[in-house]
Amino acid sequence: MQPENQSVGTLGQGNLDGVSVGEHTQQFITFTLGNEEYGIDIMVVREIKGWTDTTMIPNAPAHVRGVINLRGVIVPIFDLRARFGVGLTVPTSMHVVIIVAAGSRTVGLLVDTVSDIISVDPKAIRPVPEMGLPTEDQYLEGLVAIEERMVTLVSLAGLFGMATAKRSFAPDMATTKAA
Amino acid sequence: MMSEGEAYPLEQFRKTYFEECAELLDVLQANLELLAAGAGSEETLHAIFRAVHSIKGGAGAFGFSSLVAFSHVFESLLDALREQKVDATPDVTQLLLRASDALADIVNAARSERALPIDFASDILTGMEEALAGASGATAAASATSGIEPVAAHAAVKGERSYRVVFTPHTEMLQKANEPLLLVRQLRKLGGLTVDVDMSRLPAFEVLEPEAAYLSWTFVLETGAPQSAIHEVFEFVEDDCDLLIEPLQQAAEAVSAAPTANATEAAPAVAAAAEPSATVAPTPSQSIRVDVDKVDRLVNLVGELVITQAMLTEQGSLLPVDQYPAMIQGIEALAQSARELQESVMAIRAQPVKSVFARMPRVVRDLAATLGKEVKIVTSGEMTEIDKTVIEQLNDPLTHMIRNALDHGIESPDDRVAAGKPRQGTIHLSAAQRSGRIVIEVSDDGRGLNREKVLAKARDRGLVAPGVNPSEEEIDNLIFLPAFSTADVVSNISGRGVGMDVVKRNVQALGGRISVQSRFGAGSRFTMSLPLTLAVVDGMVVSVGKETFIVPLTAIIESLRPQPADINPVVGRGDVLALRGEYLPLTYLHSSFAIESAVTDPCQGIVIIVQTEGAGRIGVVVDELLGQQQVVVKSLEANYDAVDGISGATILGNGRVALILDVARLREIGDKPGMRMTKPARETTSEVREDMNHAA
Repeated sequence: MQPENQSVGTLGQGNLDGVSVGEHTQQFITFTLGNEEYGIDIMVVREIKGWTDTTMIPNAPAHVRGVINLRGVIVPIFDLRARFGVGLTVPTSMHVVIIVAAGSRTVGLLVDTVSDIISVDPKAIRPVPEMGLPTEDQYLEGLVAIEERMVTLVSLAGLFGMATAKRSFAPDMATTKAA
Repeated sequence: MMSEGEAYPLEQFRKTYFEECAELLDVLQANLELLAAGAGSEETLHAIFRAVHSIKGGAGAFGFSSLVAFSHVFESLLDALREQKVDATPDVTQLLLRASDALADIVNAARSERALPIDFASDILTGMEEALAGASGATAAASATSGIEPVAAHAAVKGERSYRVVFTPHTEMLQKANEPLLLVRQLRKLGGLTVDVDMSRLPAFEVLEPEAAYLSWTFVLETGAPQSAIHEVFEFVEDDCDLLIEPLQQAAEAVSAAPTANATEAAPAVAAAAEPSATVAPTPSQSIRVDVDKVDRLVNLVGELVITQAMLTEQGSLLPVDQYPAMIQGIEALAQSARELQESVMAIRAQPVKSVFARMPRVVRDLAATLGKEVKIVTSGEMTEIDKTVIEQLNDPLTHMIRNALDHGIESPDDRVAAGKPRQGTIHLSAAQRSGRIVIEVSDDGRGLNREKVLAKARDRGLVAPGVNPSEEEIDNLIFLPAFSTADVVSNISGRGVGMDVVKRNVQALGGRISVQSRFGAGSRFTMSLPLTLAVVDGMVVSVGKETFIVPLTAIIESLRPQPADINPVVGRGDVLALRGEYLPLTYLHSSFAIESAVTDPCQGIVIIVQTEGAGRIGVVVDELLGQQQVVVKSLEANYDAVDGISGATILGNGRVALILDVARLREIGDKPGMRMTKPARETTSEVREDMNHAA
């Protein structure tokens, strides 16, 4: 599947001008959940699309919002807010789904808005302090300060346990919920 | 790789030869099994002979000398059998079976360019030579008393007759290592021969392909031999030429009418001429070899076409008929053609399970010999057809199950006798179509599962919680848990761990299910049920609340709206529906799948009666039926996970995803709280296992 560059490219173009893309910098797409800003590695992002109604999957965990038809491929949509354990998103047509490649699978992440593309020097990424957050640290790759804002970088591998390639979403998530 | 193939066309032929060998070996094996079972006819022997002969022929062309040597002796023995100089006694058929196994090994060795030990299969060779020596002694004696009888018989039956034979090789015949000169010589052996060669197809020298056949011949043969004997001469080139054989006197008019009868016109005459001679079967198989990838591409394309067609149909139904009559007609015609196209394409992929079943007797023979057991395998339903992809994936789980039955199921001969059973154990392998799926069973009459041991082991390993008392069926099915794969828990026969969890995973990957029924002391039966095709289902579109599901049409027996009096609650078992004197358990889809705002009263909704494999017939309660539609199955697992009760997904005409119900599982999701308690443990173990596999 080809990334749909045009949709990604139009995002936050104004901000891009001010950012110098260095050799060793890593680019992230940032998105918001409520007032918080998160970043996800641009390399895994395939496309960004508006929210469309999904088909429910029976007996799936709450953060699995169902599946959609993405040009003939069945793609599951995960509610990232629910995944982080801070409540269900009530999606409207203004909500955004980020289609990402998680290992060999293609999945969609439901977020509030997509805001920016940022370039980050890996050295500037700071570890996530242990604060007894409701989300587990393993989903979070680190923190980075962009101007006055703090962006939390999300690890897709940690999110879906992709470190060990394909594996079940549901039981993994069920355990998290119990924890 | 590619350039190599082009540089050495021989390599290409070699590949084709081995592909053919694989098929011929299957044919050989299958017919030998028939022979061994005493069900062989004359044609069986001929088929066996032809298979070995063809393997030998190709082997000669490629210089596989050990293959030639072995198949030559094999062929000689078969020839002696054909001519009834040797009787097909059980000893001989066993020898032939072993020879066929050895032949397969030699072919494989030649294919992978491995050297076999010098004395490989020498005992079999010796055995065959001895059998042959016995035969020639016997015939020598026989011919001494009635030496001239065969010739006399020929003359008495037929007398001398003239035949006209028009032989037009296809251009590529020579490339298949066929030599027309040899055919001419063989014809001459039959009697007086006049030969006319037709060189009209010979092209100019500069465009002449050295490996192409351009010549054709017209023979006039005067012979006492029957027409079938002439056919036999051409037996191996039949598919590669146009052949006309006709008795001259009768066909004189036809010949004069069409003196330069060309090959295509002559073709129907071949069929007509062949009819009277029932001994030969001159039915050239009209088949071609096609790359599976090409077929797959076709299947995928047709799948997309069907989705688009469904979309058009849906949109078309919104059009006013009076304004767009041609459009609507066109859409209807499209739907019809799309459906036929799809069926035809799927039919290309369907193959009988025979090709897999045929490999199992050897597995049994080899393992039985290693384990010192006496086992026979009986197969049935080999002609049941199933999608090629499914067939290919079937070999591993099936081999596993057969090995398992032999290793752990069937007892040693002495133990069997002590248990009052025949010395020889039996493994039944069967295939059948049942409610839109193929059901394959492997059953044995061995010792069966020892439930106490299984349960004890399961508790030991924490697979069954202390308080839980699983049913017998549930205990039996514990053997599919990964933790059981490692050890010889059930039987004490040593050997490699037969991983039934691996079998289960293989079968599940095909959208299938596997279960076991067992009686301690009497044997076990493994049943796997697989979808016929992985690509398309005929479905009933149903709604539950706001959701839409597809119920495979093949599973549906009927649907109805019951009267309140027909619904009765049964304590602890949910509701049952009284239907023509029978009581069927009801499964409420909205409660199984936790769907809100659905119809909860079956008398307001619809009850679909479906056939499940384990639980018989059940009623599934849905809101309403939306219509019938053919849907293309899409994988849910590709990007998500297997979902209990769902066999796949599809895309409806409106572009939305609908899930396809796995009706056989619905019952279990609905009302088996006991099962559910043990489930998380099971899921986790299998998951860990999967991770380990991926890491490895």
